[in-house]
Amino acid sequence: MDVEVRNIHKTFGKVHANNDISLVVKSGEVQGILGENGAGKSTLMKILSGFISLDAGSILLDGKEVTIGSPADSVKFGIGMLHQDPLDFPPLNVLDNLILGSRERMIPNRKKVRQEFVELQKQFDFSISPDAFIDSLSVGERQQLEIIRLLWLGAEVLILDEPTTGISAAQKIQLFAMVRKLSEQGKAILFVSHKLEEVEALCTQVAVFRQGMNVGQMLPPFDNDKLVEMMFGKILTRSDRKCCTQEKVNIEVSDLKIDDPRLPIKNVNFCIQKGEVIGLAGMEGSGQGLLLRALAGIIRPSGGHIWLCEENSSKKDFVGKHYFDFKDSGISFLPADRLDEGLIAGLDLREHFILAEKQKGFFVDAKAAMQLTEKRIKDFNIKGTAENMVESLSGGNQQRAELALLRQPLRLLLLDHPTRGLDIESTLYIWSKLKQRCSEGASIFFVSSDLDEILQYSDRILVFFGGKVSKPLDAGDVSVDQLGQLIGGRGWE
Amino acid sequence: MEKEKTKNPNQNSFLFNLLTNRASSMTLAVVFALVFTSLLVWMMKANPISVFQTIITGAFGSTNNFTQVIQAWVPLVLASLGLMFTFTAGLWNIGMEGQIVMGAIFSYGIIRIFDGSDASSALVIILCILAGILGGTLWAFLVGLLKNFGGVNEIFGGLGFNFIADAVMLFLVFGPWKPEGVANGSTKMLDTRFWLPQIEGTYLSLWALGIAIVCVILVTVILQGTYFGLKLKAVGKNNKSSFLLGIHTNRYMLLAFVLCGVLAGLTGALQVLGFNHVLRNNISGGYGYIGLMVGMLANIQPLITAPIAFIFIALSKGAAGLGIDLKLDSNLAGVIQGALVIFVLIMDGVRKVLIKKFKGVQSG
Ligand SMILES: Nc1ncnc2c1ncn2[C@@H]1O[C@H](COP(=O)(O)OP(=O)(O)OP(=O)(O)O)[C@@H](O)[C@H]1O
Ligand SMILES: [Mg+2]
Repeated sequence: MDVEVRNIHKTFGKVHANNDISLVVKSGEVQGILGENGAGKSTLMKILSGFISLDAGSILLDGKEVTIGSPADSVKFGIGMLHQDPLDFPPLNVLDNLILGSRERMIPNRKKVRQEFVELQKQFDFSISPDAFIDSLSVGERQQLEIIRLLWLGAEVLILDEPTTGISAAQKIQLFAMVRKLSEQGKAILFVSHKLEEVEALCTQVAVFRQGMNVGQMLPPFDNDKLVEMMFGKILTRSDRKCCTQEKVNIEVSDLKIDDPRLPIKNVNFCIQKGEVIGLAGMEGSGQGLLLRALAGIIRPSGGHIWLCEENSSKKDFVGKHYFDFKDSGISFLPADRLDEGLIAGLDLREHFILAEKQKGFFVDAKAAMQLTEKRIKDFNIKGTAENMVESLSGGNQQRAELALLRQPLRLLLLDHPTRGLDIESTLYIWSKLKQRCSEGASIFFVSSDLDEILQYSDRILVFFGGKVSKPLDAGDVSVDQLGQLIGGRGWE
Repeated sequence: MEKEKTKNPNQNSFLFNLLTNRASSMTLAVVFALVFTSLLVWMMKANPISVFQTIITGAFGSTNNFTQVIQAWVPLVLASLGLMFTFTAGLWNIGMEGQIVMGAIFSYGIIRIFDGSDASSALVIILCILAGILGGTLWAFLVGLLKNFGGVNEIFGGLGFNFIADAVMLFLVFGPWKPEGVANGSTKMLDTRFWLPQIEGTYLSLWALGIAIVCVILVTVILQGTYFGLKLKAVGKNNKSSFLLGIHTNRYMLLAFVLCGVLAGLTGALQVLGFNHVLRNNISGGYGYIGLMVGMLANIQPLITAPIAFIFIALSKGAAGLGIDLKLDSNLAGVIQGALVIFVLIMDGVRKVLIKKFKGVQSG
């Protein structure tokens, strides 16, 4: 199906999120959409899928003008959207979830649905059990399920809003293969991303959004520098790798053991130096998340030691202590799922900053809080105001807000996908902020599914495979290929 | 027309503004509730105008009626204020009723101890109030403990403890605390020494009224101006994030129950000392449940509980005359209250959907 939008406008209060956007995506095309955080990409996608309504403009499907009043309408017209932040799934199994979303028949034919599901899956080499419970699926699997569900509902236009941010490299390959297949089948695909190399690999045409406007289109071969300039209005230079590692040991982990029913982890040994950045690589769910949470004090290891080392070379074992003790000794954890674990939907930015700071007295000093908030908004370049509810910020700006909540000073920063959903400029900016923390003596431990990010920013790398943890590897000595091998389970002794 | 609206919502249109402005949308809800009850009354072959007239005279027609409304406003507003804490923390304290009952029982217990002694009445009254607070708090605390450490949903815990409180009450008033000779579900009347001082010729106690007003202010300040209030709100909105941000979520949930219990207990004590002057079955007056409705409408803004509670009480006091004057059931008040809640919730839902869709979540 061909999709066309003409002169779309959408304002949120003073923000002109979509300003006269026009775009044509023909059947079989994969339309890339690039743009900085808050450029209005998700807004347009949500208009197409009926989640928000447009102020002015028109939508044409196969040349016929349509009115999309609700998500149900858009499904009826054959538009399916995979959201940037996964919508809540009810705690059901896969099949029930599928049936619940259809609402077609009063009495569902479970056998038929199961068969259709299995067949669709087979087309794309997915392997989700129809009886698995949704909570037991990884982010990547949920995403596969969601796409299958959209196709099952008859989607002819598929909108993928930053689909690669939470999934593993292997799942990304599967996803890309799927997208190519679907475009061959004649579906129109809109692919929103911040990663130029993904757009290059997949898209047949690209549009760049900036401050609510469609500022330009490009056909392959894509000129990356030109695209970056279109996105940000300037050419960006990558900062040089800078190592801040000091000779002093910050944290020592010995014989750490985590009893997870699905993925027991044993024999983890390493030291973190002050100022060091350690990247954790591995397929999603290989144990990185567990180790991160154990170091944060959120899950309790069943054995071993986490030594916090002091200047005078005395050290204290933190295994068994409460999460708040970890937090109070300067260990901060930044979860990946922003609105689920990091921020509080329903509170505004100012309230978040009040909560994140140390409590002073009994009454909140509204004026001081306002000043602090305004300073942080400026420091972290958050697009929003102190009174903005966090859920109204764009995905990337939510991420900046989360980073802006971190306290000073810090000993160890545990980051789960710190730059997920950030545009290129923000990623550079955030890492410069993080590196600054390192030069002040903090160590960083981060999980990322982006190998380039791991190689670019880590001093050392730990690779995870099925609960096994490698020895720390020097980032300077490994190549993407070697890393890929280890992640895939090859080359382990 | 419908098509026009979804496609190109004129954000300056009269209807759109009417539905998305909080004040006008609430007014509309009240109008709908009134129309709805009028229809109902009309179907019962009575004249809606005279029904509302009766209600208004019933509530405000004489000094006596009016003081009764004010008097009954006190326990309802206290109960609703208590529920502000639990609502803010995202909890449904259905156990409010039992907590009020326990407050009343504890407070009457003190009376029994000092009955016939020559202790100063001010001292006894203060002790009664403190004991009442203790009783309510204890009962709420138990629900909170069960929720935090036993994983029992506070709704079921609350219901259970309501039953137990009622059972204890029945046991006392028909058993050890029964007045000599009769068993009518109530204890002996308090010695007038222990009554909260009342305005001459009315049942209204300025002390009780004063306590209620102070509580409105206190709860507003606590919930809207302090770290405690903000943290409670955070816990109510997202427990997981709040914990990771460093809030002792369990402690805050317990505290919400405790503070709610404090106000429930206070309500119970005032029911004994200020209004009923006996301990009897059903002493809570259902304020725990009506308070839940008021609380829902107030949408965790403590200051708003005062006028809403006032409207609710005026309705039920005013409707008392319906049975006599118009041969209608005075339960009509309950119907109007229910209709109010439903229509307010509906209009609020409509407002939020419209705003979310057309304006985005801006602030507030
Ligand atoms: N519901 C809303 N209420 C208020 N403002 C909103 C709402 N949704 C989006 N906005 C604002 O509109 C602008 C565009 O947001 P949008 O989510 O479309 O950005 P985006 O291009 O998807 O960014 P990102 O890459 O960060 O996801 C932002 O300034 C955002 O704050
Ligand atoms: Mg977005």
